Amino acid sequence: MSRQAISLLKNLGKTTTVSKIQTRSVTYMPRPGDGKPRPVTLIPGDGIGPLVTKAVEQVMEAMHAPVYFEPFDVHGDMKSLPEGLLESIKKNKVCLKGGLKTPVGGGVSSLNVNLRKELDLFASLVNCFNLPGLPTRHENVDIVVIRENTEGEYAGLEHEVVPGVVESLKVITKFCSERIAKYAFEYAYLNNRKKVTAVHKANIMKLADGLFLESCQEVAKKYPSIAYNEIIVDNCCMQLVARPEQFDVMVTPNLYGNLIANTAAGIAGGTGVMPGGNVGAEYAVFEQGASAGNVGKDTDEAQKNANPVALLLSSAMMLRHLQFPSFADRLETAVKRVISEGKCRTEDLGGNSTTQEVVDAVIANLD
Amino acid sequence: MTMAANFARRLIGNRSTQILDTVNSGAVTSAARAFCSSTTPITATFFPGDGIGPEIAESVKQVFTTAGVPIVWEDHYVGTEIDPRTQSFLTWESLESVRRNKVGLKGPMATPIGKGHRSLNLTLRKELNLYANVRPCYSLPGYKTRYDDVNLVTIRENTEGEYSGLEHQVVRGVVESIKIITRSASLRVAEYAFHYAKTHGRERVSAIHKANIMQMTDGLFLKCCREVAEKYPEITYEEVVIDNCCMMLVKNPALFDVLVMPNLYGDIISDLCAGLVGGLGLTPSCNIGEDGVALAEAVHGSAPDIAGKNLANPTALLLSGVMMLRHLKLNDQAEQIHSAIINTIAEGKYRTADLGGSSTTTDFTKAICDHL
Repeated sequence: MSRQAISLLKNLGKTTTVSKIQTRSVTYMPRPGDGKPRPVTLIPGDGIGPLVTKAVEQVMEAMHAPVYFEPFDVHGDMKSLPEGLLESIKKNKVCLKGGLKTPVGGGVSSLNVNLRKELDLFASLVNCFNLPGLPTRHENVDIVVIRENTEGEYAGLEHEVVPGVVESLKVITKFCSERIAKYAFEYAYLNNRKKVTAVHKANIMKLADGLFLESCQEVAKKYPSIAYNEIIVDNCCMQLVARPEQFDVMVTPNLYGNLIANTAAGIAGGTGVMPGGNVGAEYAVFEQGASAGNVGKDTDEAQKNANPVALLLSSAMMLRHLQFPSFADRLETAVKRVISEGKCRTEDLGGNSTTQEVVDAVIANLD
Repeated sequence: MTMAANFARRLIGNRSTQILDTVNSGAVTSAARAFCSSTTPITATFFPGDGIGPEIAESVKQVFTTAGVPIVWEDHYVGTEIDPRTQSFLTWESLESVRRNKVGLKGPMATPIGKGHRSLNLTLRKELNLYANVRPCYSLPGYKTRYDDVNLVTIRENTEGEYSGLEHQVVRGVVESIKIITRSASLRVAEYAFHYAKTHGRERVSAIHKANIMQMTDGLFLKCCREVAEKYPEITYEEVVIDNCCMMLVKNPALFDVLVMPNLYGDIISDLCAGLVGGLGLTPSCNIGEDGVALAEAVHGSAPDIAGKNLANPTALLLSGVMMLRHLKLNDQAEQIHSAIINTIAEGKYRTADLGGSSTTTDFTKAICDHL
């Protein structure tokens, strides 16, 4: 009798916390054979990368998700991408990646950037939103930053004119600006977003950012139901800090996108929890959203308390991309439960759990 | 000064002020300024600006007079015609005045729209060679924002970088914009940053960069900062990648002390920091030029919609004036005025509309004078 009472009480306790986050039951009709396991290229990377990608692997296994990983050993200080990597991604079309640490000023071009250029992943997407149970200084944040990923300031065209004078070229083309604007509006349309904001500095860089704005304005005309406005990048940062709830989808050239994404991630909870990825016409690479030195601190790696939430949420996005929405929902719900309960948090969120403890909590919370 | 007098002044084209100038400026030499006693007045150029400019300029003059600051103001206004010698609406006389006095205070100027002339800010920057823009950002006690522990200074290189204005269309649909970093400009601003840190008792200087991607340009900037850092072993020096910096600023701004950056990053970061403490209406700023020229300015706009209604907040211009006083080594009076402003805002009884209160400009000014 007492044992039954105890288990009843335990269940009651469970349901009260569970009922706060409802699981959606999605009725979708797969095609026969959709359940066949799909291969995904995996790049553990540097720093905390191996730790957080292992977390994803563990959770995928616990869910019996129809996904298997093909790992590749890549490090930031390699001169170029290893041989089989590009073939693998081109075959699988989807990749999950930890961070690659680029040596500062070392004469080695960033492998992160190289990968994006080789695969023409022209759009980088970061979703910054307040997680329930994780209080930050700002409320009601739900921003998606869509950033042009191939040109702009990251063209890598630098040279020394004379000793002591260095030039760097920022290249903006109509072709790239147009396709990123199209992607941003299409994203807004498909995800029921109401507003797209273009971020620029066209009062100073009249031709370059002016061209970017022109492309955005042309695409905006084709989506009359989506509101469109423009904001200068320094004002944008100020507004993000003061009133972030005014932003919805933001489309930016390369450098500003980096800054805005990291600022937005910071106000919504930090880079440890924001999902994101890079997508092109044919391939998609999912990684931690905002990449502020995305290899984490050395202490995180040493003490094994890196935050796996960002990569777990990105892998949920990946599952949807692979058309496994129900697995994606289960994963997201479990992660959100763990965060909202607040018992299991890594150092960057103010707790002191290790990565493994968070992973175990997520697995325990899977439906 | 009534508005009518101002208009008359503009029409005449500053001739009247120049007559007064020649009388005043002869009396002060630059040596006297460095070791000025409270009896020898210093001449400083004043650009009241447009919109709310004249009103807040009045506030500043009132507060300075009440505090007994030994400054004689030389007012200059933006002309209505383009001066061919400067290619802008600022006259040659105005620029000469700043060059001569070596110190100035500037209110908000609305750049007239049109072509064939340079923007006013650009004219000032190029002609006076203003190479560093210094903005201290600190949380004002008593004015609550989401961030309460901000106390940092952003120092931004102001002449080159991404704002060189060198753009061209390569072929249709392909545009190039050139970012230039030179050793001399980077060294200059790094020297100023460390010098500022030392003279203001700051402990740490952080160089903000993106040298993992822009290896040669930001790499050169960093090299220069490192060279200067070696000469100041008592100041801690670190380098932070800009995306990391943005994130850290919004999560924990207390981590930063003095930030030194190239032009574009400086623009973004200094506005971000201004947002942390309450906006551009409260932010002081000072531009440092060659030969010890210092032009303090209020960075907010001219707010034409509230011009002339006695509603404007003079805090930014007042705090910039305080920065100017510190540059002139009039530290006692700077401290006095600074405390008066902080105490008035902290008290909360007299606040202008943008801070959530309902006082007029004149009431607010009077409250500060009472606190002196």
